[in-house]
Amino acid sequence: MLEVKDLVVSYGRVRAVKRISFTVPEGSVVSLLGTNGAGKTTTLRTISGLHRPESGEIWFDGRRIDSVPAHRIVQRGLAHSPEGRRIFPRLTVRDNLMLGAFARTDRGSASADLQRAYDLFPILHERRNQPAGTFSGGEQQMLAIGRALMSRPRMLMLDEPSMGLSPLMTKRIMSTIAELKSEGVTILLVEQNAQAALTLADHGYVLEVGSIAFDDTGANLLSDDRVRRAYLGED
Amino acid sequence: MDVTLFLQQLVNGLTLGSLFALIAVGYTVVYGIIQLINFAHGEIFMVGAFGALSTWIVIGRAQITAWWMLPLMILGAMGVAVLTALVMERLAYRPLRNAPRLAPLITAIGISVFLQEVVRLFYGLIPGFPDAKAPVPFPAVQGVSGGALDLGGVVLQRAAIFTLVALVVSWTFLYFFVNRTRIGRAMQATSQDPDTARLMGIDVDRIIMVAFALGAALAALAGIAHGLQYTNIDFRMGFLAGLKAFTAAVLGGIGNINGAVVGGLLLGLVEVMATAYIPGTFGGSAWKDVWAFALLILVLVFRPQGLLGAKVVDRA
Repeated sequence: MLEVKDLVVSYGRVRAVKRISFTVPEGSVVSLLGTNGAGKTTTLRTISGLHRPESGEIWFDGRRIDSVPAHRIVQRGLAHSPEGRRIFPRLTVRDNLMLGAFARTDRGSASADLQRAYDLFPILHERRNQPAGTFSGGEQQMLAIGRALMSRPRMLMLDEPSMGLSPLMTKRIMSTIAELKSEGVTILLVEQNAQAALTLADHGYVLEVGSIAFDDTGANLLSDDRVRRAYLGED
Repeated sequence: MDVTLFLQQLVNGLTLGSLFALIAVGYTVVYGIIQLINFAHGEIFMVGAFGALSTWIVIGRAQITAWWMLPLMILGAMGVAVLTALVMERLAYRPLRNAPRLAPLITAIGISVFLQEVVRLFYGLIPGFPDAKAPVPFPAVQGVSGGALDLGGVVLQRAAIFTLVALVVSWTFLYFFVNRTRIGRAMQATSQDPDTARLMGIDVDRIIMVAFALGAALAALAGIAHGLQYTNIDFRMGFLAGLKAFTAAVLGGIGNINGAVVGGLLLGLVEVMATAYIPGTFGGSAWKDVWAFALLILVLVFRPQGLLGAKVVDRA
């Protein structure tokens, strides 16, 4: 569904992503792992059109998207829930969710999707008229995921959904991702919480300073010594 | 204290303030979206006034008593102002979107001089148009010129009524546009987080154009109001009016539409009241600009975010 080929991305003279290639097959969960500065967020932002690659190709659904403007990429069914949640703090929860459906042309059914987001996260319904900036981190994350789903994406990219969340909330978010997977949504998941990510992922890629160091199935990576040492805090 | 005189000053202050407010909204809307202080906005106000005059010359001259003269002049003024603002955004500001902040600021000053000079040098060259090197008389328009209303000693000029009504209508329109429409919500989202707005499918370039167009349309209304009130317009009228309106926007909290309106009204009141009531050496109209800018300094010292501006908090 998504194919990244020889992607190179730079900020000025700093090369953040150095020729990486990976694929996300339809219906699967693929995880990108790596420490801070490995280039995970840059990769996602480039895929969704917020950055232009220096070279390389990005294909989504059989069409090349690496020079398509960001607002058109989401129209094609690729949603991105960014790092740090980035909800619109001074808009209400409901307005945040409705903005998630902005890209859609079939406006009538947006209210059905609003209901779906409320069903997925009942707290969003309870507080629908509250400014989103008053939410806790976990609630903001639910809102961010709910908002990304409002575009009814065929593929969803999640950047650090567990960042700053309590273990309980992390578990809640991860089970939601599992639920989405079972509904057939293709997911590209960037996480520092390798344990949680790899439990869900069909396949994982490990990024180190802008390059893919190695990749394998989620289950194999979970038992991989290099992964266990670097990301699971074991000797 | 003479109550009638006070009420008269109140009316005068609110009228002047409405003019500032109509222009100030344009500074604040654009700043709210792209953090650009469009110092050429005063010239959009000036161009709007000339747009109204041109409409009158081309179409209306003989039809001065027709009821549709004013709506037509408003449309003409808005059309010219919006078009100028959009061309300016496209050609001058958009290429500098990612440049250091000083670059668009200097560009804005360049555009100001450019627009002033274009009107000064070329307006009179169009057949049938008056020379604009000196102030040009603004036509009296049926319904909004002449015959003031007398409300128990308080004189209400028709041009003042036009200005006040223009502000109330614009403010109401903006409220519904920003809070109740899809594009309005997209504007708010873009203002709060442009990158994430793009991830929602919002075409940020289009939202920026909407912001420039809205500001220009309101400045055009102010241009007509100015022409009706002062009965002449000239190519320099945008400079001080623009500076005052910018002050009003900062006073109210730049980026906040209600702030621009409140700041404009307050600034108008302060100017008029200070002129009328401060006795001795510091009184009179010679000092009115001093009081206006002194108020700005006080606000910047004690409440730098402006009267209605929110304190900027870092994102968690």
